[in-house]
Amino acid sequence: MDLTILGAATINGLLIGGIYTLVASGLTLIYGVLHIINFAHGSMLMLAMFGVYYLLTIFGIDPYMSLLIMVPAMYLLGFLLYKLLIGRMAHGKDENILLITLGLSILIENLALMFFKGNTRTISVSYSDMMVEVGPTLVSLPKIISFGAAMALCAALGLFIQHTDTGRAIRAVAKERVGARLVGINVDRIFAISYGMGLATLGAAACLLMPIFYVSPTTGHVFVMVAFTIVVLGGMGSFLGAVVGGLIVGLTESFGGLFLGESLGQIGISLIFILILLFRPSGLFGAKR
Amino acid sequence: MLKVEGLTKIFGGLKAVDSASLDVAEGRIVALIGPNGAGKTTLFSCIAGFQPINSGKVTFQGKDTTGWPVHDIARSGMVRTFQITQPFAKLTVHENIAVGAYQKFHDPSEAWEHARRIADQVGMGAQLEQPAADLTVAGRKRLELARTLATSPKLLLLDEVMAGLNPSEIIEIIEIIRRIRASGVTILLIEHVMQAVMSLSEHIYVLSYGKIIAHGAPKEVVNNPAVIEAYLGRGAAEQMAQEGSHA
Amino acid sequence: MNDNTRSIGWPLHLSLLTLAVMFPFVFSSPFIVNFGVLALFYAFIGQSWNISGGFAGQLSFGHVVFFGAGAYASTVLQLRYGMNPWLGLPASAVAGAIVGWIIGFLSFRAGLKGSYFALITLAFAEVLRILVNSVGFTGGGLGLLIPAKPSMANFQFAERIGFYFLILALTVISVAVAVWLRRSRFGAQLAAIRENEDAARALGINVFREKVKVMVLSGAMCGVGGCFFAQYFLYIDTTIVFGVDKSVEMLLVSMIGGAGTVYGPLIGALLLAGVGDLTRVLTDVQGLSLVLYGTLLVIIIAFLPNGLIDLFKRIGQRFKQRGA
Repeated sequence: MDLTILGAATINGLLIGGIYTLVASGLTLIYGVLHIINFAHGSMLMLAMFGVYYLLTIFGIDPYMSLLIMVPAMYLLGFLLYKLLIGRMAHGKDENILLITLGLSILIENLALMFFKGNTRTISVSYSDMMVEVGPTLVSLPKIISFGAAMALCAALGLFIQHTDTGRAIRAVAKERVGARLVGINVDRIFAISYGMGLATLGAAACLLMPIFYVSPTTGHVFVMVAFTIVVLGGMGSFLGAVVGGLIVGLTESFGGLFLGESLGQIGISLIFILILLFRPSGLFGAKR
Repeated sequence: MLKVEGLTKIFGGLKAVDSASLDVAEGRIVALIGPNGAGKTTLFSCIAGFQPINSGKVTFQGKDTTGWPVHDIARSGMVRTFQITQPFAKLTVHENIAVGAYQKFHDPSEAWEHARRIADQVGMGAQLEQPAADLTVAGRKRLELARTLATSPKLLLLDEVMAGLNPSEIIEIIEIIRRIRASGVTILLIEHVMQAVMSLSEHIYVLSYGKIIAHGAPKEVVNNPAVIEAYLGRGAAEQMAQEGSHA
Repeated sequence: MNDNTRSIGWPLHLSLLTLAVMFPFVFSSPFIVNFGVLALFYAFIGQSWNISGGFAGQLSFGHVVFFGAGAYASTVLQLRYGMNPWLGLPASAVAGAIVGWIIGFLSFRAGLKGSYFALITLAFAEVLRILVNSVGFTGGGLGLLIPAKPSMANFQFAERIGFYFLILALTVISVAVAVWLRRSRFGAQLAAIRENEDAARALGINVFREKVKVMVLSGAMCGVGGCFFAQYFLYIDTTIVFGVDKSVEMLLVSMIGGAGTVYGPLIGALLLAGVGDLTRVLTDVQGLSLVLYGTLLVIIIAFLPNGLIDLFKRIGQRFKQRGA
C-alpha cells in the first residue's frame, strides 16, 4: 500500500476525528454530570447544522462566523429543554430518560423532514475548494480550519471546567451529587447549565461540520453512533477519553473506508462500540464500575 | 447443615470479614449479632453467593457450595432475605410470593395455591391483591419472608427481618419464625432487636470488625466481656463488673 | 390464576376475533384491507418486541436485526436455493432465533442491561445491516426482488385478503404467546427478572439463561414478521429491513400501547397504522405521523408510563365505580 495514501488517510482521519471529539465531549459532559444518555444528541446536531445552513443561505453569514450565533443559541435551547422537560423526568429509571430522548430525537428528525424536506444539503463558500499541503497529501482548507477550531474549543472547554467556579461546581456535581448540594451548590442549575453546554458544543460542531460535510434530516443517525462509540471508548464522563476516543474513531473511519470500501468501512465504528461494551465497558479512561 | 470455615472477604484494603467460622446444625435457630458495620450482611452475602470469597469454605448439607452461583445455592435450599427489602414492586403480593413458589412447583395453579398458603402462614392472606409497592415497611419485610419461605427452603438466612417493626409486629414475627422452624426449616438470622435474639435463638455468634469474637448459648454470650466491649467500648466490661459489685 | 389478567374474558376474545375475521369482507376496498394488514403486521412485530422489552424488561433499540435476519433468510433461500416459499416461515423463525441467541448470549454474558443493552442492540443491527449490504449474494445495495407469481403455492396471494388472514393468524398466535407468558412459570420468572434481578436470583432463577431464552423467542417471532413483510411487498433491501425505522416502530407500538401487557401492542399498532394512513391521506406532509408518535412517546413516558392501556383501565374503573 502506498505510503502517501496511508498518510492521507491518517491525516484525514485525525482531522475529522478532532471534530467528532467536539461532538462527543458534549455527550460525555451530559452523561458525566446528569448521568443521562442523551439519545437526542445526533438529531440536535442535525438541527444545528440546518441552522448553520440557513444562516448562510438566507443571511449570508459565513459558517465559522455563525459560531457566535449558534453556540449561545444552542446553549439556550439546551438550558430551556432541561428546565422544561428533561429536568422533570430525570428522577426515574435511567431507561426512561433514554426513551424520552429517543422520543425527542424522533420528533426533531421528523419535524426537520416536514419543514426541510428529505434532500441533502451542502454549502459552499469562497474557500470551500482551497487545498493546503499537509505532509504527503493535499487537504481541503475548511477541514484544517475546522479541526483547529474544534481543538481550540475543546481546550477552552477543558480550561473552563478546570479553572472557573462554574467548572468546579460542575466537576463537584459530577463526582458527588449529594455532597455538592450539601456545600450549597445549586445542583439543578448546574444540570441545566451542563445540558446547555452539551448542546452548545453541538452548535459549535455544526458550524465546523457544514463546510466539509452535508446535512439531511437523517444525518443524526450517523452521528449518534459515532458519538456514543467515542464516549464509550473513551470512558463515560471522561473528557480526555472523548479526545482520545474521537481521534481513534476518526482514524477507524478513515482506514475502514480505505481498506474495506465505502459501505463496509462504516462497520468499524459499530464493531468498536460492541467490543468495548462486551469486554471493557468502562472504556479507556472511565471509572471502573 | 451449614458449615462456614475461615471465610475472609476483602474490599479494597479492608477485611470486611476476617476468617469467620460458624456452624448451624439442622433444625436450630442461630443468631448472628454484632455492632453496626461488623460485617454481618457481608458474611451473609458471601455465604449466599452474592459476593466472591477471598478465602475460606462454605459447606451446605455436605456439599461445598463455595463459589456457586447465587441461583444454584438458592435452589439447593439455602435462601436469604435482604436487609433493604427488594420487592417486585409492580407485582402483587400474590405474584411476588408465587415467584418463590415457582422454584419447586412448576405448575402455575399449584404454585399459586402454595403461595396463598404461605401468605396465610405469615399473615398476609388479606393483602394478596395489593401491589408490593404499596406495602408498609412491615409489610415488605413480611413479604420478603414469605417469598423465601415459598421456595420450600431447608435453611433460611434472615437479614434483620425485624428492623423497622413496632413491638407488636415484632412479637408476631417471632411467633411466625418459631412456626417456620417447627415446620422443619433451619434458621440463621442477623438481628439487632435483642428481645427477638434472646427469645428465639439457641446459639449466638458475635461478629465484630469482621471477626467472630464469641459464640455460645445466649446467656453466656450476653455476659461475655469481649461482647460487651464490642458494643459499649473498651473498659466497659470492667466498669460494669465494678458497678455490679457496688450495687 | 392471576386475576389481574382476567379483565378480558372469553366472550370478548371471541367477539374481537369474529370482528377481525369479518373485517375484510365488510370493507372490501383494497385500501382498507391494506390498512388491516398493516395494523396487524405492526401488532405482530410489536408483540415480538413486547415479549423481550415489555414482559422481560430488556429494552431493545435494535430489534430490526431479527426482522431483517428473517426477511433475508427466507428470501435468499427462496431466490438462490429454490426453497419452497412457505418454508420461509420456519426458516425466518430459525434465523431470528439464532441471531437472538447470539446477541442475548454475548450481551448478557457481559452483564449488559438497561440503556447499555438497548444501545448494543442498535450497534448489532447496524453491523448486520452493513454486512448484508456489502455482500453479493444478498443482492447488496440493490436489494432483492421476489418475482411476482401470485398463487397460494408461491406464498403470494392474488387477493390481498389472503395476506390478511395469514397475518391475523400470526397475530392471534402472538397474543396467545403473550397470554401464556402472563400465566406461566416462565413469564412469572421474566417478570421477576424485570422488576429486580438480584431478588430473582436469590429465589433460584437462573437470570442469564432465562434472558437468553426470551431473546430467542422474541427473535424468532420478529424473524417471522420479516418473512411476511418480504412476501407481502416482494422487495427488500437493507435500508428497509435493517433500518432504524422498524426498530423505532416496534418499540413505539408497544410502549405507547402498554409495554408488558397483552393488548398494548395491538392498541399501539391500531394507532400507528391509523394515524399513518390518515396523515398520508389528509395531508401531503412527510414525517407528520412520526412527529405525532415522538410526541406521544414523550408524553406517555412522562405521564402515563404504563401506556394507553393503563388509561383505558382507569377509565374503565371509573365507570365501574359509578355503576356500583
